[in-house]
Amino acid sequence: MDFRDTPDEAAFRRDLRTWLGSALPADWAERDPHVGRWDFEFARTWSRRLFDAGYAGLTWPVEYGGRGLPPTYQAIFLEEIAKADAPDHVGVIGLGMAGPTIMAHGTPEQKRDHLRGILSGDTIFCQGFSEPGSGSDLASLRTRAERDGDEFVVTGQKVWSSYAHVADWCILLARSEPGSAKHRGLTYLLLDMHAPGVEVRPLRQITGDPEFNEIFLTDVRVPVSKVVGEVGGGWQVAMTTLLHERGTLGFALTARLEALFRRLLTTATKTGASTDPVVRDRIADLYVDLQALRYTNYRSLATLVKTGVPGPEGSVAKLHWSETNQRLTSLAVELLGPDAPLSGAGAFWGGYWQYQQLRSRGNTIEAGTSEILRNIVAERVLGLARSR
Amino acid sequence: MLRAAAREWLADRYPPERVARLADSDAGWDPTSWGELAGLGWLDPELDVLEHAVLAEEAGYALLPGPWLSSVGLALPALGGAPKRPTTLAWADDAASRLRDAATSVACRADDDLDGWRLTGVKRAVPDVAIADEAVVVARTPDRVALFRVDLTANRDAVHPLSTVDTTRRLGELRLDGTPAEPIDAPAAGALTSARRRTSALLACEAVGVTQRALDLAVDYAKTRTQFDRPIRSYQGVSHRLSNVYAALQLARSLAYRAAWCVSADDPAVDEAVASARVAAARAAVGGCEDAIQAMGGIGFTWDHPLHRFYKRAQWIAAFDGAPAAHRAELAEMLFAG
Repeated sequence: MDFRDTPDEAAFRRDLRTWLGSALPADWAERDPHVGRWDFEFARTWSRRLFDAGYAGLTWPVEYGGRGLPPTYQAIFLEEIAKADAPDHVGVIGLGMAGPTIMAHGTPEQKRDHLRGILSGDTIFCQGFSEPGSGSDLASLRTRAERDGDEFVVTGQKVWSSYAHVADWCILLARSEPGSAKHRGLTYLLLDMHAPGVEVRPLRQITGDPEFNEIFLTDVRVPVSKVVGEVGGGWQVAMTTLLHERGTLGFALTARLEALFRRLLTTATKTGASTDPVVRDRIADLYVDLQALRYTNYRSLATLVKTGVPGPEGSVAKLHWSETNQRLTSLAVELLGPDAPLSGAGAFWGGYWQYQQLRSRGNTIEAGTSEILRNIVAERVLGLARSR
Repeated sequence: MLRAAAREWLADRYPPERVARLADSDAGWDPTSWGELAGLGWLDPELDVLEHAVLAEEAGYALLPGPWLSSVGLALPALGGAPKRPTTLAWADDAASRLRDAATSVACRADDDLDGWRLTGVKRAVPDVAIADEAVVVARTPDRVALFRVDLTANRDAVHPLSTVDTTRRLGELRLDGTPAEPIDAPAAGALTSARRRTSALLACEAVGVTQRALDLAVDYAKTRTQFDRPIRSYQGVSHRLSNVYAALQLARSLAYRAAWCVSADDPAVDEAVASARVAAARAAVGGCEDAIQAMGGIGFTWDHPLHRFYKRAQWIAAFDGAPAAHRAELAEMLFAG
């Protein structure tokens, strides 16, 4: 296992650094960290620049607008944009979930119609899986898709849907066989978010941001040509989506955590806490957590490159990242001392840490709760069959 | 291939019952195993630390008793190659507790008599000293810190075994009193730095093996043990605890392999890599064994079950050359310096 870049990878990294240096504003590195989420239009413009420079869809096949490179290049890309604190590509759902699922299960028309727009940022996808009554128990979902000639008529409610307020399309999981139970009778649809009967209501979260949305669907008509995979075979397709959600997450999350860790060091120095042996011990411990995550990702990547499937070690990445991020942001807020309760302009870095800390509480819930992930490790890796 | 062969041999020659017998015996190991290891190639001079790392992990999984790790980890750098005889390193004394200190500050004295060098002083916490044939001793000459070989077979009265919690890797004192010694040409600082890095990386790998075994034992138990008419594997109080052990194991494994790689490549990040690996490996191994003991209920608490022996080895590794807090303090130094 060699952790160093190959000459080609090193050249790619160098070019990317140069490009980031010229694409980002001159004072980018010196500014205080950005509080909260990026403005959508700003992020969309940035995504377009990434696409034009050839940095969107590095691992996607050339025929769909990608570069056809091995996953190591995507890992380098994610490391470098996090290092530069550049915004993410706006199409996270499209790039990480919808795109890979369409590539794996979609029709030639679906691939032609949807993939390129994801990369350029012209098409925004959102996800319609969870429902008010179906969170961890996703297969209990009740949104109906009734066949009517060449169309499905969709009625139901979805929740926790990031980007739904700006999305053009939704990857939707609905029950197409009335009375079917659990994993059977589900169909995976591409639903036009501009169609009549779609209503999106923002959902304000713990940070005060409306990052998620509720989607209300009333008799929304979806052509049969927008079914991904088989009618009634939606669960298998959804598993591809979730596999990619967790699979591609590791490097992006680790790279962002690294940026946060550097800011923790700066904060400790600025607040004078860096000489406190207890603080130093906790910071070193977080550093070990961060390094462990990073090298576990490299190990998973090596397995992925060698065998084509992610190794079992990858299943711990999200579990470990989310809890490390929570510990890190809580410590950072603690370092602010009497100013810890402040927010907004009067707070350290404009309330950056307070925002990050509150947002981190969602990390052990979204994309598979820690409890569900522990079940997955117990059942699929350790063979400790179903816990009920 | 190396791993599979090692695992197969260890499973055959060192089942838990035999390890228990050896651990409770006077010698604490089977002296004929040195020849067996040599025959298997574990002492081949061409083995790199990456291969030693694989063997250390498997040796930890089996809890192989004996001075192999002391020889290829601690003693090898001073000797310039794998020792022919079981060999250990004696660095700690009243002036040096950590390996990183020993090259500059050491209490043990070396005097050049007309008939050769003689060492005087008490070396503490010497691993495997009672079963090694030879020790590399760090001592102070009138003008520098240097390394010496002491033939332990000819100086038995200097060896004072101590009772150790982990009886598969015992410690002892070397009470030197004008004991004859042979000087080693290799500069002490380089050899001690190398010994510290190598041994720490190998112990991190060994800890990974220990954790894997503790997890395997607890998982097997959870699959068969029934309470309230259900196998206890179906209780999340048990299964989630073991999922956490698995997570800690994988994280530690990544850092242990990386540390071995950094030692092998003489990477600039080697000291950071080794310290990180030590912290993660100690946490995985000690915590993992504790979780395994808890998951197994009363059985895991008994002397008859092998689990306690892995736990004691985990604690031995965690305490070697500085507790995890000492390694974290070193990491903090690096982080705030750069």
